[in-house]
Amino acid sequence: MDQLYALSVTVPLVAAAALLATRPLFARHRRVLDLVAAGVSAAVAVMLGFLVFRTSGADSTYWFAGFRPSGGIVIGIDFEAGPLSAGLACLGAVLMTASMVFSWRYFPRAGGYFHVLMLTFLAGMTGFCLTGDVFDLFVWFELMGVSAYALTAYRPEERGPIQGALNFAITNSVGAYLSLTGIALIYGRTGALNMAQIAAYVSHHPPSGLIVIAFLLIITGLLVKGAIVPFHFWLADAHAVAPTPVCVLFSGVMVELGLYGIARMYWSVFGTGLGHRAAISHLFLALGLLTAVVGALFCFRERHVKRLLAFSTISHAGMFLAGFALLTPLGLAGAALYVTGHAFVKAALFLAVGIVLHRLRSVNETWLHGRGRRLPVTGVIFTVAAFGLADLPPFGTFLGKGWIEDSAAAPWLTAIFIACGVLVGGAVLRVAGGVFYGLGDPPGEDPQMAAEANEETGETDEGRQRTPLSMLIPAAALAALGLAAGVAAMAPKIAAGIEAAAARFQDQPAYIATVLTSAHVTRVAPPYPVAPADVTVGSVVTALCSVLGAAALALAALYWRRLPLLRRGYEPGAGLTVPIRRFQSGIINDYITWLVAGVATLGGVLALVIR
Amino acid sequence: MTARQRLWFFAIAAAGLVACLLWAFTGLPGFGNYPGPYGQEILRQAVAQTHATGVVSAINFEYRGFDTVGEEFILFTAAAGMSVVLRRLRKERQTEPVDEAKTRTIPATSSAVRIAALLLVGPTAVLGWWLASHAQTSPSGGFQGGVILASAFILIYLAGEFLTFRRLSPVALLDAVEAAGAGGFVAIGLAAIAMNLPFLDNYLPLGQYPGAISSSGTIALISFFVGIEVAAAFTAIIGELLEQTLLRSA
Amino acid sequence: MGIVPFLVVAWIIVAGLYGIVTSRDLIHTIVCLIVVQSSTYVLLLGVGYVTGGAAPYFWDIPVGTRAVDPVVQALALTDVVVEAAVTALLLAFAVQAQKRFGTLDPSQLAEFKG
Repeated sequence: MDQLYALSVTVPLVAAAALLATRPLFARHRRVLDLVAAGVSAAVAVMLGFLVFRTSGADSTYWFAGFRPSGGIVIGIDFEAGPLSAGLACLGAVLMTASMVFSWRYFPRAGGYFHVLMLTFLAGMTGFCLTGDVFDLFVWFELMGVSAYALTAYRPEERGPIQGALNFAITNSVGAYLSLTGIALIYGRTGALNMAQIAAYVSHHPPSGLIVIAFLLIITGLLVKGAIVPFHFWLADAHAVAPTPVCVLFSGVMVELGLYGIARMYWSVFGTGLGHRAAISHLFLALGLLTAVVGALFCFRERHVKRLLAFSTISHAGMFLAGFALLTPLGLAGAALYVTGHAFVKAALFLAVGIVLHRLRSVNETWLHGRGRRLPVTGVIFTVAAFGLADLPPFGTFLGKGWIEDSAAAPWLTAIFIACGVLVGGAVLRVAGGVFYGLGDPPGEDPQMAAEANEETGETDEGRQRTPLSMLIPAAALAALGLAAGVAAMAPKIAAGIEAAAARFQDQPAYIATVLTSAHVTRVAPPYPVAPADVTVGSVVTALCSVLGAAALALAALYWRRLPLLRRGYEPGAGLTVPIRRFQSGIINDYITWLVAGVATLGGVLALVIR
Repeated sequence: MTARQRLWFFAIAAAGLVACLLWAFTGLPGFGNYPGPYGQEILRQAVAQTHATGVVSAINFEYRGFDTVGEEFILFTAAAGMSVVLRRLRKERQTEPVDEAKTRTIPATSSAVRIAALLLVGPTAVLGWWLASHAQTSPSGGFQGGVILASAFILIYLAGEFLTFRRLSPVALLDAVEAAGAGGFVAIGLAAIAMNLPFLDNYLPLGQYPGAISSSGTIALISFFVGIEVAAAFTAIIGELLEQTLLRSA
Repeated sequence: MGIVPFLVVAWIIVAGLYGIVTSRDLIHTIVCLIVVQSSTYVLLLGVGYVTGGAAPYFWDIPVGTRAVDPVVQALALTDVVVEAAVTALLLAFAVQAQKRFGTLDPSQLAEFKG
């Protein structure tokens, strides 16, 4: 059963190779390619599901080529997984399966390569989640990256995808090379590439400049991937133009993988060595909340529906980072559940937009106003998922956010979360109400955004009169899964299990013991006490406030022109966002400048805090 | 930001970055004093364990072979991605090469270049093959040999025969060879799983003594697969880029 | 000699990043990205160097001779291939950018902004 570790990464790789070799044979029989790709993804999801169950008691390690460590020195590469790591990889595989089913009708002209690229993307994601070696992490990060860049530029006949792919690729590559610099630095000091061996060294030595900067550089690449301000600019460009099945994976899993990497680097490697828990917690909390607010503000202003959803991903990424930054088991468990719930509802939203794009050939919210009434089922799916994104109980998003707020027990954090939730939920509900039900008036036309949105002329070719079941079923299923995740996590046993997994993730001595001495560690000693993971009245109240606020904001956005007070034609809130919109310039030179500034600032803060 | 604002902002940020890096470098053990256990441990064990005298290749294909699988597939994905991004679009037609300067015709390839390039194709291919097959004993290996093999194909293009180059290396064939190389590597590892060993365990006979040509078990075999994959991938990449010079919007 | 290789690393990183930030041509940007990447080779090989060490190839020297660290050389090899792959893909994007936008100037490539 341990072989499942190796199989979950190598089966998609070998399938990708096989599909590329036999591509000309299946040029006329695209269904075969679709079936193979969907089947492989489903198989990987099942394998990873097994691993989640198998590691629910204790983490386990798998050594490649049989080179086990001796005397605390590791000479091979290992995979080490617990329920959180395997669970995130499983989530990726499930989303991939849904995307492959959805794309049954996609890309008739460039046949075959899409499946190859998606399968290597899946392998990269799985390897990234499961690995226990920092250089291996870099390799899978790059494999994920290269597949993602190629998938973003899948329709090079339009201008948007080229800009998106270029900005995505250059920003993420600079981040990855800075991470590699960090890896080289830590190798120079510790002579180790294995996370547990590095952790053993770092936890016994006081934090020197090298360890602090190595940590900062390694997480730079992960911060870029996780779209944290000021490393976030590429995400809106890339997610707006990538084909819809690919956007599902980007927003649902890829961004979250960057944040998972940060958590892994902190808890499993550098945490104990760096010390200064309160200061580091505040630093990441500030970054997370800043990202949440920036994402929410940009989200509400957008009229290009896919770009709107992309900004909402940035906002949620900030909230996930804030959950991690609390450094408690409940905070991490809340972030994990929030990630799961968000992945499902965001995927459902993107797939619904994909159906709209297929039938109506547009993603311009202003143009689409009322035209979505022809798509009743899609409208229901979109609205349900929109309420899920707005944290309606009992979706998984509501419960995850509730746990984070309970763990923080800080009213200002709850207030910021509510504000961001209202803005993001309001934006998505505005789209739902306006496009699918024709409520109110179309939102104000911005000529710049109209030009961008009208560029998108549709990703599919055939059969636009009906919505095929292969598109509706994955969208509906994902929305249902978002609901199911929340309902399931309300069961006390499952909630306790998630929190125990989070506590185990945070237990560094147990991790070192598991990897270096193959110990079977079942009792954990997390750095903070384990608080009960319940549904509290407080979290239900805040969630309902958030949902009602979002619905009210959406209705206000749709009907404001009819209100007697505001009939002057001046759109409220426009003045606030125009100045910050200039930062998202679309120019790669600006993005890299912000990246360097971000690294330098974080380095300065860490230098002041950790002496 | 305007270009000036950006430059000033970057200057300050870069100063901060350099300060961070220098702070980090003070923690390093100093150039020439590498202390680390990982490298020393491998140097102790590698030759005896794998019968390969080239320790770097042993690390690449044995101890850290799984990293090399990932890296192989990065190259594989990049070549496949280029085929997607540079595919012939509906509104493009393949034409004869056109000189952008309207006042002259395209000069023909000089005979000296043509003859020299064609004469070099054979020896280059042999050199590439020779390098790819000596992974376990020398600083060469699949990657190095594969790149040189790819350049043997590109010499044909340099000899002025783009169409011959394209006919000798059609996309489907290159894709198949690339896939065979990458897939073959993974298959060697999966065969280990089928034998109930860990992935990429070295299960082939190790040869009589370190340094023999047919020693080191799976290392030499993996190096062969990597060599053909890299050769096909680079030929495909260069071919795709060169083909763009012939495509014009109709 | 002790600190010079590492100063070179810092210099190369900053030079490459400066090139990207002030670039007016995508090909220039991509080449500067290669420059940034090259700094990691120097750093890797620099941390692994052992004074007086031989190359880790024991064909003609006895096993156990003092040798430089072989692991960083393997990592640098992996690095080179990764960089070549990413650069190839970026150049393909640049080709298409020239065709779609008619220019390679990054400041003109902002189809989406705001």
